[in-house]
Amino acid sequence: MAGTDTTGTSTGTELAGLEAGLDALETPLVRRTPWREVLWRKVLPPVTAVIVVLAVWKLLVLAHVTDDYKLPDPSAVWHSLRELWLNGTLFDIIWTSVSRGLLGFLAALAIGTPLGLLVARVPFVRAALGPVLSGLQSLPSVAWVPAAVIWLGITDAAMYAVILLGAVPSIANGLVSGIDQVPPLYLRAGRTLGATGVRGARYVLLPAALPGYVAGLKQGWAFSWRSLMAAELIASSPDLGLGLGQYLENARTDSDMPGVLLGIIMILFVGIAIDLAVFSPLERRVLRTRGLAAGR
Amino acid sequence: MAPATLTTGTAVAVRLDHVHKSFGRPGHGGPAVPVLDDITLDVRQGEFVCLLGASGCGKSTLLNLVAGLDTPTSGSIEVPGGRPALMFQDHALFPWLTAGRNIELALRLRGVPRPERRAEAERLLDLVRLGGAYDKRVHELSGGMRQRVALARALAQDSRVLLMDEPFAALDAITRDVLHHELARIWAETQLSVLFVTHNVREAVRLGERVVLLSSRPGRVAREWTVGLPQPRRIEDPAVADLSVEITEELRGEIRRHGRN
Repeated sequence: MAGTDTTGTSTGTELAGLEAGLDALETPLVRRTPWREVLWRKVLPPVTAVIVVLAVWKLLVLAHVTDDYKLPDPSAVWHSLRELWLNGTLFDIIWTSVSRGLLGFLAALAIGTPLGLLVARVPFVRAALGPVLSGLQSLPSVAWVPAAVIWLGITDAAMYAVILLGAVPSIANGLVSGIDQVPPLYLRAGRTLGATGVRGARYVLLPAALPGYVAGLKQGWAFSWRSLMAAELIASSPDLGLGLGQYLENARTDSDMPGVLLGIIMILFVGIAIDLAVFSPLERRVLRTRGLAAGR
Repeated sequence: MAPATLTTGTAVAVRLDHVHKSFGRPGHGGPAVPVLDDITLDVRQGEFVCLLGASGCGKSTLLNLVAGLDTPTSGSIEVPGGRPALMFQDHALFPWLTAGRNIELALRLRGVPRPERRAEAERLLDLVRLGGAYDKRVHELSGGMRQRVALARALAQDSRVLLMDEPFAALDAITRDVLHHELARIWAETQLSVLFVTHNVREAVRLGERVVLLSSRPGRVAREWTVGLPQPRRIEDPAVADLSVEITEELRGEIRRHGRN
Protein backbone atom coordinates (compact mmCIF):
# COMPACT_ATOMS: atom_id res chain seq x y z
CA MET A 1 0.00 0.00 0.00
CA ALA A 2 1.21 3.51 -0.87
CA GLY A 3 0.64 5.02 2.56
CA THR A 4 3.02 2.79 4.49
CA ASP A 5 6.29 4.38 3.34
CA THR A 6 5.27 8.05 3.51
CA THR A 7 7.23 10.20 5.95
CA GLY A 8 5.65 11.82 8.99
CA THR A 9 5.38 15.30 7.49
CA SER A 10 3.78 14.25 4.23
CA THR A 11 1.26 12.16 6.18
CA GLY A 12 0.62 15.33 8.15
CA THR A 13 -0.22 17.51 5.14
CA GLU A 14 -2.15 14.69 3.50
CA LEU A 15 -4.14 14.37 6.69
CA ALA A 16 -4.81 18.10 6.95
CA GLY A 17 -6.19 18.00 3.40
CA LEU A 18 -8.35 14.97 4.21
CA GLU A 19 -9.63 16.69 7.30
CA ALA A 20 -10.46 19.91 5.46
CA GLY A 21 -12.35 17.85 2.89
CA LEU A 22 -14.31 16.01 5.57
CA ASP A 23 -15.15 19.28 7.32
CA ALA A 24 -16.37 20.82 4.08
CA LEU A 25 -18.44 17.77 3.15
CA GLU A 26 -20.04 17.31 6.52
CA THR A 27 -20.76 20.90 7.50
CA PRO A 28 -24.49 21.48 7.23
CA LEU A 29 -25.31 24.05 4.55
CA VAL A 30 -27.08 27.13 5.87
CA ARG A 31 -29.34 28.83 3.37
CA ARG A 32 -30.82 32.27 3.86
CA THR A 33 -34.40 32.57 2.69
CA PRO A 34 -34.79 35.30 0.02
CA TRP A 35 -37.24 38.12 0.95
CA ARG A 36 -39.54 37.19 -1.92
CA GLU A 37 -40.04 33.76 -0.40
CA VAL A 38 -40.58 35.29 3.06
CA LEU A 39 -43.30 37.48 1.55
CA TRP A 40 -44.89 34.52 -0.20
CA ARG A 41 -44.78 32.06 2.69
CA LYS A 42 -45.11 34.25 5.77
CA VAL A 43 -47.02 37.40 4.85
CA LEU A 44 -49.43 36.26 2.17
CA PRO A 45 -51.27 33.49 4.13
CA PRO A 46 -52.36 35.66 7.11
CA VAL A 47 -53.32 38.54 4.82
CA THR A 48 -55.44 36.13 2.79
CA ALA A 49 -57.08 34.85 5.98
CA VAL A 50 -58.03 38.41 7.04
CA ILE A 51 -59.46 39.16 3.60
CA VAL A 52 -61.52 35.95 3.64
CA VAL A 53 -62.94 36.76 7.10
CA LEU A 54 -63.87 40.29 5.97
CA ALA A 55 -65.46 38.95 2.79
CA VAL A 56 -67.56 36.36 4.67
CA TRP A 57 -68.60 39.03 7.17
CA LYS A 58 -69.64 41.38 4.36
CA LEU A 59 -71.56 38.57 2.62
CA LEU A 60 -73.44 37.73 5.82
CA VAL A 61 -74.41 41.41 6.20
CA LEU A 62 -75.55 41.58 2.56
CA ALA A 63 -77.58 38.39 3.03
CA HIS A 64 -79.36 39.98 6.06
CA VAL A 65 -78.81 36.87 8.19
CA THR A 66 -79.57 38.93 11.30
CA ASP A 67 -80.42 42.46 12.43
CA ASP A 68 -78.02 45.31 11.78
CA TYR A 69 -77.57 46.07 15.48
CA LYS A 70 -76.30 42.52 16.02
CA LEU A 71 -74.07 42.29 12.98
CA PRO A 72 -73.08 45.71 11.69
CA ASP A 73 -71.38 46.31 8.36
CA PRO A 74 -67.54 46.13 8.49
CA SER A 75 -67.54 49.78 7.38
CA ALA A 76 -69.40 50.75 10.60
CA VAL A 77 -66.54 49.29 12.63
CA TRP A 78 -64.10 51.15 10.43
CA HIS A 79 -66.07 54.37 11.15
CA SER A 80 -65.81 53.79 14.91
CA LEU A 81 -62.06 53.36 14.52
CA ARG A 82 -61.81 56.53 12.41
CA GLU A 83 -63.78 58.42 15.02
CA LEU A 84 -61.44 57.33 17.79
CA TRP A 85 -58.48 58.32 15.63
CA LEU A 86 -59.97 61.72 14.76
CA ASN A 87 -60.87 62.71 18.30
CA GLY A 88 -57.38 61.63 19.36
CA THR A 89 -58.33 59.01 21.95
CA LEU A 90 -57.28 55.87 20.05
CA PHE A 91 -53.72 55.74 21.30
CA ASP A 92 -54.67 56.89 24.79
CA ILE A 93 -57.04 53.93 25.11
CA ILE A 94 -54.50 51.45 23.79
CA TRP A 95 -51.65 52.89 25.84
CA THR A 96 -53.66 52.84 29.09
CA SER A 97 -54.11 49.08 28.71
CA VAL A 98 -50.71 48.27 27.21
CA SER A 99 -48.81 50.21 29.90
CA ARG A 100 -50.79 48.41 32.61
CA GLY A 101 -50.23 45.08 30.92
CA LEU A 102 -46.47 45.56 30.47
CA LEU A 103 -45.94 46.96 33.96
CA GLY A 104 -47.91 44.06 35.43
CA PHE A 105 -45.93 41.62 33.30
CA LEU A 106 -42.62 43.07 34.50
CA ALA A 107 -43.75 42.73 38.11
CA ALA A 108 -44.81 39.14 37.39
CA LEU A 109 -41.36 38.55 35.88
CA ALA A 110 -39.65 39.93 39.00
CA ILE A 111 -41.70 37.66 41.26
CA GLY A 112 -42.02 34.58 39.02
CA THR A 113 -38.32 34.19 38.26
CA PRO A 114 -36.96 33.81 41.82
CA LEU A 115 -40.05 31.75 42.71
CA GLY A 116 -39.38 29.40 39.78
CA LEU A 117 -35.72 29.07 40.82
CA LEU A 118 -36.72 28.17 44.37
CA VAL A 119 -39.29 25.60 43.24
CA ALA A 120 -36.83 24.05 40.79
CA ARG A 121 -33.87 23.82 43.15
CA VAL A 122 -35.27 23.37 46.67
CA PRO A 123 -37.07 20.01 47.05
CA PHE A 124 -39.11 21.19 50.05
CA VAL A 125 -40.40 24.27 48.21
CA ARG A 126 -41.09 22.12 45.17
CA ALA A 127 -43.17 19.63 47.13
CA ALA A 128 -45.03 22.48 48.82
CA LEU A 129 -45.64 24.87 45.94
CA GLY A 130 -45.17 22.85 42.74
CA PRO A 131 -48.72 21.41 42.59
CA VAL A 132 -50.21 24.77 43.63
CA LEU A 133 -48.39 26.58 40.82
CA SER A 134 -49.56 24.04 38.22
CA GLY A 135 -53.11 24.22 39.58
CA LEU A 136 -53.15 28.02 39.50
CA GLN A 137 -52.27 27.87 35.82
CA SER A 138 -55.57 26.21 35.04
CA LEU A 139 -57.57 28.60 37.22
CA PRO A 140 -58.93 31.39 34.99
CA SER A 141 -57.67 34.64 36.50
CA VAL A 142 -61.12 36.21 36.05
CA ALA A 143 -61.99 34.22 39.14
CA TRP A 144 -59.70 36.52 41.13
CA VAL A 145 -61.43 39.74 40.04
CA PRO A 146 -64.20 39.73 42.70
CA ALA A 147 -61.68 39.04 45.45
CA ALA A 148 -59.28 41.69 44.18
CA VAL A 149 -62.10 44.26 44.02
CA ILE A 150 -63.21 43.53 47.59
CA TRP A 151 -59.63 43.67 48.90
CA LEU A 152 -58.32 46.60 46.91
CA GLY A 153 -61.41 48.38 45.56
CA ILE A 154 -61.84 49.33 41.92
CA THR A 155 -58.27 50.59 41.62
CA ASP A 156 -55.16 50.05 39.53
CA ALA A 157 -53.86 47.90 42.38
CA ALA A 158 -56.71 45.43 41.82
CA MET A 159 -55.81 45.23 38.12
CA TYR A 160 -52.16 44.50 38.91
CA ALA A 161 -53.13 41.91 41.50
CA VAL A 162 -55.18 40.05 38.89
CA ILE A 163 -52.35 40.24 36.34
CA LEU A 164 -49.85 38.88 38.86
CA LEU A 165 -52.09 35.99 39.86
CA GLY A 166 -52.48 35.11 36.19
CA ALA A 167 -48.89 35.52 34.99
CA VAL A 168 -46.64 34.55 37.92
CA PRO A 169 -47.52 30.82 37.79
CA SER A 170 -46.82 30.68 34.04
CA ILE A 171 -43.44 32.34 34.35
CA ALA A 172 -42.41 30.27 37.38
CA ASN A 173 -43.58 27.03 35.77
CA GLY A 174 -41.74 27.86 32.55
CA LEU A 175 -38.50 28.28 34.46
CA VAL A 176 -39.09 25.06 36.43
CA SER A 177 -39.68 22.99 33.31
CA GLY A 178 -36.74 24.71 31.59
CA ILE A 179 -34.46 23.68 34.46
CA ASP A 180 -35.92 20.16 34.64
CA GLN A 181 -35.19 19.62 30.96
CA VAL A 182 -31.50 20.58 31.11
CA PRO A 183 -29.60 17.47 29.92
CA PRO A 184 -27.56 16.03 32.83
CA LEU A 185 -24.57 15.80 30.48
CA TYR A 186 -24.29 19.62 30.42
CA LEU A 187 -24.19 19.71 34.21
CA ARG A 188 -21.56 16.97 34.27
CA ALA A 189 -19.49 18.74 31.63
CA GLY A 190 -19.87 21.98 33.59
CA ARG A 191 -18.66 20.32 36.77
CA THR A 192 -15.54 18.91 35.10
CA LEU A 193 -14.79 22.42 33.79
CA GLY A 194 -15.07 23.75 37.34
CA ALA A 195 -18.55 25.29 37.14
CA THR A 196 -20.00 24.32 40.51
CA GLY A 197 -22.39 26.11 42.86
CA VAL A 198 -23.23 29.68 41.84
CA ARG A 199 -20.89 29.53 38.85
CA GLY A 200 -22.61 26.35 37.71
CA ALA A 201 -25.99 28.09 37.87
CA ARG A 202 -24.75 31.17 36.06
CA TYR A 203 -22.69 29.60 33.29
CA VAL A 204 -24.46 26.28 32.74
CA LEU A 205 -27.84 25.76 34.41
CA LEU A 206 -29.54 29.08 33.61
CA PRO A 207 -28.36 29.41 29.99
CA ALA A 208 -29.35 25.79 29.41
CA ALA A 209 -32.81 26.44 30.88
CA LEU A 210 -33.40 29.55 28.76
CA PRO A 211 -35.65 27.97 26.06
CA GLY A 212 -38.17 26.77 28.67
CA TYR A 213 -37.97 30.10 30.48
CA VAL A 214 -38.69 32.06 27.31
CA ALA A 215 -41.65 29.80 26.52
CA GLY A 216 -42.91 30.60 30.04
CA LEU A 217 -42.48 34.35 29.41
CA LYS A 218 -44.46 34.11 26.21
CA GLN A 219 -47.28 32.33 27.95
CA GLY A 220 -46.95 34.71 30.89
CA TRP A 221 -47.57 37.67 28.59
CA ALA A 222 -50.67 36.00 27.10
CA PHE A 223 -51.98 35.40 30.63
CA SER A 224 -51.16 38.97 31.72
CA TRP A 225 -53.06 40.42 28.81
CA ARG A 226 -56.07 38.13 29.25
CA SER A 227 -56.25 38.77 32.99
CA LEU A 228 -56.01 42.51 32.49
CA MET A 229 -58.83 42.56 29.94
CA ALA A 230 -61.04 40.52 32.26
CA ALA A 231 -60.28 42.90 35.12
CA GLU A 232 -60.90 46.01 33.02
CA LEU A 233 -64.21 44.62 31.74
CA ILE A 234 -65.57 43.74 35.17
CA ALA A 235 -64.01 46.40 37.36
CA SER A 236 -64.53 49.40 35.13
CA SER A 237 -64.83 52.83 36.70
CA PRO A 238 -64.46 56.34 35.25
CA ASP A 239 -61.68 57.09 37.78
CA LEU A 240 -59.39 54.50 36.27
CA GLY A 241 -58.88 56.05 32.85
CA LEU A 242 -60.24 54.52 29.67
CA GLY A 243 -58.53 51.27 28.67
CA LEU A 244 -59.53 48.74 26.04
CA GLY A 245 -61.62 46.68 28.49
CA GLN A 246 -63.53 49.74 29.67
CA TYR A 247 -64.02 50.88 26.08
CA LEU A 248 -65.58 47.49 25.29
CA GLU A 249 -67.79 47.61 28.39
CA ASN A 250 -68.91 51.19 27.60
CA ALA A 251 -69.82 50.13 24.06
CA ARG A 252 -71.91 47.28 25.48
CA THR A 253 -73.87 49.57 27.82
CA ASP A 254 -74.49 51.92 24.87
CA SER A 255 -75.60 48.93 22.72
CA ASP A 256 -72.94 50.11 20.25
CA MET A 257 -72.18 46.89 18.35
CA PRO A 258 -69.57 48.43 16.01
CA GLY A 259 -67.79 49.69 19.13
CA VAL A 260 -67.98 46.22 20.74
CA LEU A 261 -66.49 44.58 17.65
CA LEU A 262 -63.82 47.28 17.42
CA GLY A 263 -62.96 46.68 21.10
CA ILE A 264 -62.59 42.93 20.53
CA ILE A 265 -60.49 43.48 17.40
CA MET A 266 -58.20 45.98 19.16
CA ILE A 267 -57.65 43.62 22.13
CA LEU A 268 -56.81 40.78 19.77
CA PHE A 269 -54.58 43.03 17.67
CA VAL A 270 -52.59 44.38 20.62
CA GLY A 271 -52.08 40.88 22.06
CA ILE A 272 -50.80 39.60 18.72
CA ALA A 273 -48.70 42.71 18.06
CA ILE A 274 -46.83 42.51 21.38
CA ASP A 275 -46.23 38.80 20.88
CA LEU A 276 -44.93 39.37 17.35
CA ALA A 277 -42.84 42.38 18.33
CA VAL A 278 -41.27 41.06 21.54
CA PHE A 279 -41.79 37.43 22.48
CA SER A 280 -41.72 35.58 19.17
CA PRO A 281 -38.44 37.19 18.03
CA LEU A 282 -36.93 36.50 21.47
CA GLU A 283 -38.00 32.86 21.33
CA ARG A 284 -36.81 32.46 17.74
CA ARG A 285 -33.46 33.95 18.60
CA VAL A 286 -32.95 31.67 21.58
CA LEU A 287 -33.95 28.57 19.62
CA ARG A 288 -32.04 29.48 16.48
CA THR A 289 -28.70 30.05 18.23
CA ARG A 290 -29.08 26.54 19.65
CA GLY A 291 -29.99 25.04 16.28
CA LEU A 292 -33.41 24.08 17.64
CA ALA A 293 -35.61 26.14 15.31
CA ALA A 294 -36.24 24.78 11.85
CA GLY A 295 -35.58 27.56 9.33
CA ARG A 296 -39.20 27.63 8.27
CA MET B 1 2.81 10.71 52.28
CA ALA B 2 5.72 10.34 49.89
CA PRO B 3 5.28 11.75 46.39
CA ALA B 4 3.62 9.18 44.15
CA THR B 5 6.32 7.62 42.04
CA LEU B 6 6.88 4.28 40.44
CA THR B 7 9.94 2.21 41.22
CA THR B 8 11.29 3.25 37.81
CA GLY B 9 11.39 6.84 39.05
CA THR B 10 8.94 8.25 36.52
CA ALA B 11 6.36 10.53 38.14
CA VAL B 12 2.81 9.27 38.26
CA ALA B 13 -0.09 11.20 36.71
CA VAL B 14 -2.91 9.00 37.99
CA ARG B 15 -2.67 6.35 40.67
CA LEU B 16 -5.50 4.00 41.60
CA ASP B 17 -4.76 1.92 44.66
CA HIS B 18 -7.06 -1.04 45.44
CA VAL B 19 -10.13 0.87 44.33
CA HIS B 20 -13.54 -0.67 44.97
CA LYS B 21 -16.83 0.83 43.92
CA SER B 22 -20.30 -0.51 44.66
CA PHE B 23 -23.66 1.01 43.86
CA GLY B 24 -26.71 0.80 46.07
CA ARG B 25 -26.33 1.31 49.81
CA PRO B 26 -27.03 -1.70 52.02
CA GLY B 27 -30.49 -1.36 53.51
CA HIS B 28 -31.62 0.96 50.72
CA GLY B 29 -32.96 -1.18 47.92
CA GLY B 30 -31.16 -4.51 48.21
CA PRO B 31 -27.53 -5.50 48.43
CA ALA B 32 -24.77 -3.28 47.06
CA VAL B 33 -23.72 -4.21 43.53
CA PRO B 34 -19.95 -4.22 43.07
CA VAL B 35 -18.94 -2.42 39.86
CA LEU B 36 -15.19 -2.10 40.30
CA ASP B 37 -13.19 -4.63 42.29
CA ASP B 38 -9.68 -4.00 43.52
CA ILE B 39 -8.43 -1.85 40.67
CA THR B 40 -4.79 -0.94 40.98
CA LEU B 41 -3.46 1.04 38.09
CA ASP B 42 -0.86 3.74 37.45
CA VAL B 43 -0.67 6.14 34.54
CA ARG B 44 2.82 7.62 34.27
CA GLN B 45 3.28 11.25 33.31
CA GLY B 46 3.06 11.62 29.55
CA GLU B 47 1.76 8.09 29.12
CA PHE B 48 -1.15 7.07 26.91
CA VAL B 49 -3.12 4.24 28.52
CA CYS B 50 -6.14 2.61 26.93
CA LEU B 51 -8.72 0.93 29.13
CA LEU B 52 -10.48 -1.81 27.26
CA GLY B 53 -13.47 -3.87 28.26
CA ALA B 54 -16.87 -5.23 27.29
CA SER B 55 -20.15 -3.79 28.59
CA GLY B 56 -20.46 -3.82 32.34
CA CYS B 57 -16.76 -3.52 33.10
CA GLY B 58 -17.32 -0.17 34.82
CA LYS B 59 -15.15 1.85 32.42
CA SER B 60 -17.24 4.98 32.73
CA THR B 61 -17.54 4.58 36.51
CA LEU B 62 -13.76 4.40 36.69
CA LEU B 63 -13.37 7.63 34.71
CA ASN B 64 -15.97 9.38 36.88
CA LEU B 65 -13.96 8.39 39.93
CA VAL B 66 -10.71 9.70 38.48
CA ALA B 67 -12.47 12.89 37.34
CA GLY B 68 -13.69 13.44 40.90
CA LEU B 69 -17.36 13.28 39.89
CA ASP B 70 -17.85 10.33 42.23
CA THR B 71 -16.01 8.80 45.19
CA PRO B 72 -14.75 5.20 45.57
CA THR B 73 -16.33 2.88 48.13
CA SER B 74 -12.83 2.00 49.30
CA GLY B 75 -9.26 2.40 48.11
CA SER B 76 -7.60 5.63 47.04
CA ILE B 77 -7.22 7.66 43.88
CA GLU B 78 -4.45 10.18 43.45
CA VAL B 79 -4.21 12.71 40.67
CA PRO B 80 -1.17 14.79 41.67
CA GLY B 81 -1.62 17.27 38.78
CA GLY B 82 -5.03 18.49 39.98
CA ARG B 83 -8.48 18.08 38.44
CA PRO B 84 -8.26 16.14 35.17
CA ALA B 85 -9.97 17.19 31.96
CA LEU B 86 -12.73 14.90 30.74
CA MET B 87 -14.03 14.30 27.23
CA PHE B 88 -17.29 12.43 26.64
CA GLN B 89 -18.67 10.24 23.86
CA ASP B 90 -21.19 12.99 23.24
CA HIS B 91 -19.34 16.26 22.62
CA ALA B 92 -21.20 17.97 25.53
CA LEU B 93 -20.48 21.40 24.03
CA PHE B 94 -22.88 24.10 25.20
CA PRO B 95 -25.23 24.94 22.32
CA TRP B 96 -25.88 28.48 23.53
CA LEU B 97 -22.23 29.40 22.96
CA THR B 98 -20.14 29.50 19.78
CA ALA B 99 -17.23 27.06 19.37
CA GLY B 100 -14.78 29.75 20.48
CA ARG B 101 -16.92 30.81 23.45
CA ASN B 102 -17.17 27.23 24.66
CA ILE B 103 -13.39 27.19 24.91
CA GLU B 104 -13.33 30.64 26.50
CA LEU B 105 -15.75 29.48 29.18
CA ALA B 106 -13.31 26.74 30.16
CA LEU B 107 -10.52 29.35 30.27
CA ARG B 108 -12.65 31.70 32.35
CA LEU B 109 -13.54 28.98 34.85
CA ARG B 110 -9.84 28.22 35.11
CA GLY B 111 -9.19 31.88 35.95
CA VAL B 112 -7.52 33.11 32.75
CA PRO B 113 -7.94 36.93 32.60
CA ARG B 114 -10.32 38.22 29.93
CA PRO B 115 -7.77 39.90 27.59
CA GLU B 116 -5.88 36.64 27.12
CA ARG B 117 -8.86 34.38 26.55
CA ARG B 118 -9.63 35.16 22.94
CA ALA B 119 -6.07 34.59 21.72
CA GLU B 120 -5.76 31.39 23.74
CA ALA B 121 -9.06 30.06 22.37
CA GLU B 122 -7.88 30.81 18.82
CA ARG B 123 -4.60 29.01 19.51
CA LEU B 124 -6.42 25.92 20.77
CA LEU B 125 -8.75 25.93 17.74
CA ASP B 126 -5.68 26.12 15.51
CA LEU B 127 -4.23 23.17 17.38
CA VAL B 128 -7.23 21.02 16.45
CA ARG B 129 -7.11 22.50 12.91
CA LEU B 130 -10.32 24.48 13.24
CA GLY B 131 -8.79 27.92 12.83
CA GLY B 132 -11.83 29.51 11.18
CA ALA B 133 -14.49 28.00 13.41
CA TYR B 134 -14.43 30.50 16.32
CA ASP B 135 -17.84 31.99 15.53
CA LYS B 136 -19.49 28.74 14.48
CA ARG B 137 -22.44 27.48 16.48
CA VAL B 138 -22.33 23.89 17.67
CA HIS B 139 -25.16 22.82 15.35
CA GLU B 140 -23.24 24.24 12.40
CA LEU B 141 -20.37 21.79 12.94
CA SER B 142 -20.07 18.18 11.82
CA GLY B 143 -19.68 15.36 14.36
CA GLY B 144 -15.91 15.21 13.88
CA MET B 145 -15.55 18.97 14.20
CA ARG B 146 -17.61 18.96 17.39
CA GLN B 147 -15.33 16.36 18.95
CA ARG B 148 -12.29 18.44 17.97
CA VAL B 149 -13.82 21.53 19.62
CA ALA B 150 -14.58 19.36 22.66
CA LEU B 151 -10.92 18.28 22.66
CA ALA B 152 -9.82 21.91 22.44
CA ARG B 153 -12.13 22.76 25.35
CA ALA B 154 -10.69 19.90 27.40
CA LEU B 155 -7.17 21.15 26.59
CA ALA B 156 -8.24 24.65 27.68
CA GLN B 157 -8.46 23.36 31.24
CA ASP B 158 -4.67 23.12 31.10
CA SER B 159 -4.83 19.92 33.05
CA ARG B 160 -1.91 17.51 32.89
CA VAL B 161 -4.29 14.56 32.65
CA LEU B 162 -6.88 14.00 29.94
CA LEU B 163 -9.60 11.41 30.50
CA MET B 164 -11.50 10.27 27.42
CA ASP B 165 -14.72 8.26 27.60
CA GLU B 166 -15.16 6.55 24.19
CA PRO B 167 -14.84 9.95 22.51
CA PHE B 168 -14.86 8.64 18.94
CA ALA B 169 -17.40 5.82 19.28
CA ALA B 170 -20.19 7.72 17.53
CA LEU B 171 -18.10 8.82 14.52
CA ASP B 172 -17.83 7.20 11.10
CA ALA B 173 -14.69 5.20 10.30
CA ILE B 174 -12.92 7.81 8.15
CA THR B 175 -13.52 10.63 10.61
CA ARG B 176 -12.46 8.41 13.50
CA ASP B 177 -9.26 7.53 11.68
CA VAL B 178 -8.46 11.21 11.13
CA LEU B 179 -9.15 11.99 14.77
CA HIS B 180 -6.84 9.15 15.85
CA HIS B 181 -4.05 10.86 13.93
CA GLU B 182 -4.92 14.22 15.44
CA LEU B 183 -5.06 12.89 18.97
CA ALA B 184 -1.72 11.08 18.57
CA ARG B 185 -0.16 14.28 17.20
CA ILE B 186 -1.58 16.49 19.96
CA TRP B 187 -0.58 13.98 22.63
CA ALA B 188 2.99 14.06 21.29
CA GLU B 189 3.00 17.88 21.19
CA THR B 190 1.49 18.47 24.62
CA GLN B 191 2.97 15.49 26.50
CA LEU B 192 -0.31 14.99 28.29
CA SER B 193 -1.10 11.87 30.26
CA VAL B 194 -4.13 10.23 28.68
CA LEU B 195 -6.49 7.63 30.08
CA PHE B 196 -8.61 6.55 27.14
CA VAL B 197 -11.61 4.27 27.59
CA THR B 198 -12.85 2.27 24.62
CA HIS B 199 -14.45 -1.04 23.65
CA ASN B 200 -12.67 -0.98 20.30
CA VAL B 201 -9.54 -3.17 20.43
CA ARG B 202 -7.97 -1.76 17.27
CA GLU B 203 -8.49 1.76 18.51
CA ALA B 204 -6.80 0.87 21.80
CA VAL B 205 -3.78 -0.65 20.02
CA ARG B 206 -3.67 2.18 17.47
CA LEU B 207 -3.44 4.84 20.20
CA GLY B 208 -2.14 3.42 23.44
CA GLU B 209 1.33 2.78 24.79
CA ARG B 210 -0.31 0.41 27.19
CA VAL B 211 -3.60 -1.45 26.88
CA VAL B 212 -5.35 -2.56 30.07
CA LEU B 213 -8.08 -5.16 29.73
CA LEU B 214 -10.85 -5.06 32.33
CA SER B 215 -13.08 -8.02 33.12
CA SER B 216 -16.81 -7.43 33.50
CA ARG B 217 -19.15 -7.53 36.50
CA PRO B 218 -17.30 -6.53 38.53
CA GLY B 219 -14.54 -4.71 36.68
CA ARG B 220 -11.08 -6.06 37.51
CA VAL B 221 -7.77 -5.64 35.75
CA ALA B 222 -7.62 -8.88 33.74
CA ARG B 223 -4.42 -8.36 31.82
CA GLU B 224 -2.31 -5.63 30.29
CA TRP B 225 -0.11 -5.27 27.23
CA THR B 226 2.65 -2.84 26.41
CA VAL B 227 2.33 -1.71 22.82
CA GLY B 228 5.92 -1.39 21.67
CA LEU B 229 5.07 0.08 18.26
CA PRO B 230 6.40 3.50 17.18
CA GLN B 231 4.04 6.40 16.43
CA PRO B 232 2.69 7.47 13.97
CA ARG B 233 0.90 4.16 13.62
CA ARG B 234 -1.90 3.32 11.27
CA ILE B 235 -4.90 1.24 12.19
CA GLU B 236 -4.12 -0.95 9.13
CA ASP B 237 -0.54 -1.73 10.23
CA PRO B 238 0.07 -5.52 10.38
CA ALA B 239 1.67 -5.21 13.81
CA VAL B 240 -1.41 -3.37 15.11
CA ALA B 241 -3.59 -6.10 13.61
CA ASP B 242 -1.54 -8.92 15.17
CA LEU B 243 -1.70 -7.50 18.66
CA SER B 244 -5.39 -6.72 18.20
CA VAL B 245 -6.09 -10.35 17.36
CA GLU B 246 -4.35 -11.46 20.53
CA ILE B 247 -6.17 -8.95 22.73
CA THR B 248 -9.52 -9.70 21.08
CA GLU B 249 -9.07 -13.39 21.95
CA GLU B 250 -8.60 -12.46 25.60
CA LEU B 251 -11.57 -10.08 25.53
CA ARG B 252 -13.76 -12.79 23.99
CA GLY B 253 -12.61 -15.21 26.69
CA GLU B 254 -13.67 -12.68 29.34
CA ILE B 255 -17.07 -12.29 27.71
CA ARG B 256 -17.57 -16.08 27.32
CA ARG B 257 -17.05 -16.59 31.04
CA HIS B 258 -20.33 -14.74 31.65
CA GLY B 259 -22.27 -17.02 29.31
CA ARG B 260 -21.35 -20.06 31.37
CA ASN B 261 -22.86 -18.81 34.63
